[in-house]
Amino acid sequence: MTRNDKEPGSAVSVRGLVKHYGETKALDGVDLEVREGTVMGVLGPNGAGKTTLVRILSTLLAPTAGQATVAGYDVVRQPRQLRRVIGLTGQYASVDEKLPGWENLYLIGRLLDLPRKEARARADELLERFSLTEAARRPVSTYSGGMRRRLDLAASMIGRPAVLYLDEPTTGLDPRTRNEVWDEVKRLVGDGVTVLLTTQYMEEAEQLASELTVVDRGKVIASGGIEQLKAKVGGRTLRIRPADPLQLRPLADTLDAQGITGLAGTVVDTERGAVLVPVLSDEQLTAVVGSVTARGITISSISTELPSLDEVFLSLTGHRAGAPQDAVPAETHEEAVAV
Amino acid sequence: MSATTLSTDLRADARIPLRAHVRHTGALVRRNLLWIRQDPESMFDAVLFPIVFTLLFVYVFGGSIGQSLGGGQEAYVQYIVPGLMAMMGMNMAQGVGTGFNQDFNTGVMDRFRSLPIGRGSVLFAKISVEMMRMLIATAILLVVGVLVGFDITHWPGLFAAVGLSAVFGSALMWIFLTLGVVMKNAQSVQAMGFLVLMPLQFGSSIFAPPQSMPGWLQNFTEYNPLSSLADAARGLMVGGPVADDLWMTLGWSVGITAVMAPIAIHKFRTKT
Repeated sequence: MTRNDKEPGSAVSVRGLVKHYGETKALDGVDLEVREGTVMGVLGPNGAGKTTLVRILSTLLAPTAGQATVAGYDVVRQPRQLRRVIGLTGQYASVDEKLPGWENLYLIGRLLDLPRKEARARADELLERFSLTEAARRPVSTYSGGMRRRLDLAASMIGRPAVLYLDEPTTGLDPRTRNEVWDEVKRLVGDGVTVLLTTQYMEEAEQLASELTVVDRGKVIASGGIEQLKAKVGGRTLRIRPADPLQLRPLADTLDAQGITGLAGTVVDTERGAVLVPVLSDEQLTAVVGSVTARGITISSISTELPSLDEVFLSLTGHRAGAPQDAVPAETHEEAVAV
Repeated sequence: MSATTLSTDLRADARIPLRAHVRHTGALVRRNLLWIRQDPESMFDAVLFPIVFTLLFVYVFGGSIGQSLGGGQEAYVQYIVPGLMAMMGMNMAQGVGTGFNQDFNTGVMDRFRSLPIGRGSVLFAKISVEMMRMLIATAILLVVGVLVGFDITHWPGLFAAVGLSAVFGSALMWIFLTLGVVMKNAQSVQAMGFLVLMPLQFGSSIFAPPQSMPGWLQNFTEYNPLSSLADAARGLMVGGPVADDLWMTLGWSVGITAVMAPIAIHKFRTKT
C-alpha cells in the first residue's frame, strides 16, 4: 500500500500510454499531466481515444504499453487502491435505472464500505446537494436526462474521490440541461476536486477546464492552458455572412490579402454562406469589420463565436476533426503532431 | 486467458477481507431484490413455471407414461415431481445468463467494476438472488405436486433433494453467467441456452424412464448429469437407490463450479 509520491501536485500522470485493439491504435503514445485541484479538458472528436483513456485510468481496461498513475497509484499494479480514490461518470449515465435514486446512492456507499448509517446520511446529503431530494424514492427510469446526469455525478462523489472523471458529461443533453450540469461541475471544482473531463465541445472545455489536451487518433496534438490554445487557434471566430452569396470568395480574399486575421486564416463555409474569420483581439475584429466596409460589401449578419472543434482541428492539424487518415497528406499530419 | 492471469484475479479478490466480500454481496443482493419489488412481473416465471409444467406433464403424459411405470397417473406424479425439481434449477440458471447480459449492457456495470470491490461480488449476488427464486419455485412445485397427488413420504429426503438441486443449479449458473458476460446480446444467450438445454432436458430421465429409449440415447441419458440429479432427487423423496446418483450429481456440481466460476469471474473482470 505504498504511494509513489514521485510527483507531488500531480493527480494524474500519464506517460507514453498505448492501447491497441488488434490493428487499431486507440491510444498511440499519450502523455498527460493533471495537477491537483485543476480541471483538465481532453478535447477530441469521436474515436480520438478519449473514452479509452478514461477507461484505462479507471482500471476498466488494461493498457498495451506505457504508464499511468492516479493519486500516485499505478493503474496496472495498484488497481484496488486506485479505485478507492476515483469517481467515474461515463458517457451514458452509469446508474441503475430500475432502482430509486436514493437506493442507487446507498448501494454505492455500501460498496465503498461506508457503515449503514453513514451510507444513508451520505445518500441524503448528496441528493440534497444535487437537488434530487424530491425524486429520491422514484425509480431512475422516470428521471429526465438532466436528473440522471446529476444523480450520476452524485454517485461519483460518494467516496469523496480525489480525481473525478467526466466522460463527455453533456453529450446528448439539450442546452438548458447542459448548463445545469456545467453548474454542478463548477461547484464540484470549487470544492477542490481534480477533474479529468473529456468533451467534443470547445465551449464545454472553455466553460469548465483550465487546461486542455487536444487529442486526435490516439495522439496528443496540442496541450496547454486554455487561453494559450485559444490564442493559437484564434481566440474567437467571426462569422460574416454577405448579403450576396457571390461575394463570399471576394470577401475572403480581401481579408486574406489584408493579413490581419489569426493564424488559422479565413475559411469559407459555402453551405451556410458565411466566411469564418479567426480573430485574436478586439483590434483585429475592428480591423476586419473596417476592411469589409471599405471594400463595400453588404453584410446581412455578423457574429462572433468560439471556434468549434472542427475549426480548432483545422487550425491545429490542417484537417477536419475525425477526417479519415488517408484523406490527409502525410506531411501535413506530421507537422500537426509536432505542434 | 492464461493460468497466471487467472490466479492473479483470484489473489486480487482474496486480498479483500471476507467480511467486506459478504457486505458487498449483501448490498448487491439488496439491489437485485429491489428490482423484483420494482418489477414483480419478473417473478412470473418462477411462480407459473412449476404450476404449468406440473399440470401439463401430469395430465397430458401422466396416464400413458404412468402405465409403463406399472401404475397410472398416480405413479407418474411420484416420478415427475422430483424430475421437475431437477429441471427447475436448470431453467432458473438459464435466466441468470440473459438477465446478467442485459445488466451488462448498461453503464452501471462500469461503475461497479470501477469500485474497490471483489470481482466476484456482483456474480455471487446474482446467484444468491436466483437461488431464492429457485427455492420459491421449488416450494410452489411441491405445493402443486401435493395438490395433484404427490405423496411426500420422506421429509428429510425432501430437504436433501431440494438442497441437491440448489447445489447443481448454482453450478449451472456459472456456465450461464459466463455466457451472459461473453455473448453480445440477451437473445443470443437465450438461443444458446435453449440449444444446449433442450437435448439435455429431454435426453434424460427427467420426464420419462429411459428404458424405452433406443440404446444410444440410453447411453446418453446415463451420463447426463440431469438424469443423475433427477434420479437422486427421486431416491431421496420417494425412496429407492440414491448413493451413486447423489455422488455423481455432487461431483458434476463441484467440477462445473471449479472450472466455470473462475472463468466467469475472469471474463467479468476483463470484459471491455
